[in-house]
Amino acid sequence: MREINSEQIKEKVKELFLKANYYIGEDVLNSIRKALNVEKSETGRYVLRMILKNYELSANEKLAICQDTGLAVLFIKLGQEVHIKGNWKEAINEGVKEAYIDGYLRKSAVTDPVFDRKNTKTNCPAIIYTDIVPGDRIELLVNPKGFGSENMSALAMMKPADGAEGIVDFIVETVRKAGPNPCPPTIIGVCVGGTADQACVLAKKAAMRKIGEHNPDPRYAKMEKDALERINKLGIGPAGLGGSTTSLWVSIDYVPTHIAGMPVAVNICCHADRHAHGVLYGNKKDKYSIN
Amino acid sequence: MHTAYYMEIKKINTPLTDEVVRNLKAGDGVSITGYIYTGRDAAHRRLIALLEEGKELPIEIKNQIIYYVGPAPAKPGYNCGSAGPTTSHRMDTYTPSLLDLGLKGMIGKGLRSKEVIESMIKNNAVYFAAIGGAAALIAKSIKDSQVVAYEELGPEAIHRYYVEYFPAIVCIDARGNNLYESEPPKYAK
Ligand code: SF4
Repeated sequence: MREINSEQIKEKVKELFLKANYYIGEDVLNSIRKALNVEKSETGRYVLRMILKNYELSANEKLAICQDTGLAVLFIKLGQEVHIKGNWKEAINEGVKEAYIDGYLRKSAVTDPVFDRKNTKTNCPAIIYTDIVPGDRIELLVNPKGFGSENMSALAMMKPADGAEGIVDFIVETVRKAGPNPCPPTIIGVCVGGTADQACVLAKKAAMRKIGEHNPDPRYAKMEKDALERINKLGIGPAGLGGSTTSLWVSIDYVPTHIAGMPVAVNICCHADRHAHGVLYGNKKDKYSIN
Repeated sequence: MHTAYYMEIKKINTPLTDEVVRNLKAGDGVSITGYIYTGRDAAHRRLIALLEEGKELPIEIKNQIIYYVGPAPAKPGYNCGSAGPTTSHRMDTYTPSLLDLGLKGMIGKGLRSKEVIESMIKNNAVYFAAIGGAAALIAKSIKDSQVVAYEELGPEAIHRYYVEYFPAIVCIDARGNNLYESEPPKYAK
């Protein structure tokens, strides 16, 4: 049993949201640099250079990469041997609130979505997915998610007979329909299987897989390659102004599903692909646990 | 500073003149200097409500540019927080009335409706695309920011920015040439 207090959780959540909003991942950076060498459109190359320059500026001056600093999404693996002292949910939301206020990030959360739409002024509530796993640590993956790209996400309850080809068609069609709106070049997360809700959650998580890492199952890896190739033949290009770089990567994950169905969820993430990962080991033992 | 990124950048100033607008072609890189106004859905809704009541607008629209943006808060010592464009189509229903009043330019990202494009042709106006997500870079060109109306809307209030070399691309010109339509087919296989 290990004790982790809510203050530590709050601090870690805050740190990770700040990090995610200011610093882009190396994988995205390298992928855009590579795209710059192959992008055929002059306007496209101009856009990619601006994007690279923007990453550099945000990191150097600790500015939000994009003004839409998103809703605060967290994927958490909570070790079953951890005892949390204090209020778990409050701690996470406090961390989000402090990051967004102290870090000069935009607060975009509104209360009731239909009638009031009042800004909560804290960017809370956070959207929290918790998985309880063996062990005595807490792993956090935070994802500030902007809505230009989130709005272009899609779910299809496909027939098993639609097969791999049907899935790839649906992914490509979703990206085509999104056009310039999700700020291409994008990263595409897909989950096949589960229930409608589970597929949607895991599609978002799939979008955070490292660029360059394929699904270990070669059949799914082939679907990823096929989808990416076809997407980059759509011509949408950087910022949707035409070109050969529309997406940087496609990650497809799968989970078991029902005999009668094949849910497919597609989550689109823009080039401002922000996420950060951190681990909490608890009290004094921290130093020793890291090794 | 932006010439390094693009072959040719046209420098333009606000307020826009009809002649400047006429000479802009879809695909031109531009850098904009002068005052521009900000506005998102909430501010547009209020402006249109005033027009419907026959009242005067709180800002002079003629020959101006509206930038669709809801910036991040400014850090101490900064004029403005990160300020990239938001999706323009949410403004589409309100835009033709403003174009009829002499609005000459809009900066945003994403597609516009047929009605907006028709009204742009009729009124000789231009739609610029700013690079979505290049928000910290764009903020560097914003030298001054003042709230001029609807302060209670926070980041959605109408601000007047003074911009210097604001980077954008002519996306739809006053003849209706539209990069979102003309360019992708050239690269599609
Ligand atoms: S889609 Fe992404 S890059 Fe574009 S404005 Fe939204 S958060 Fe920013």
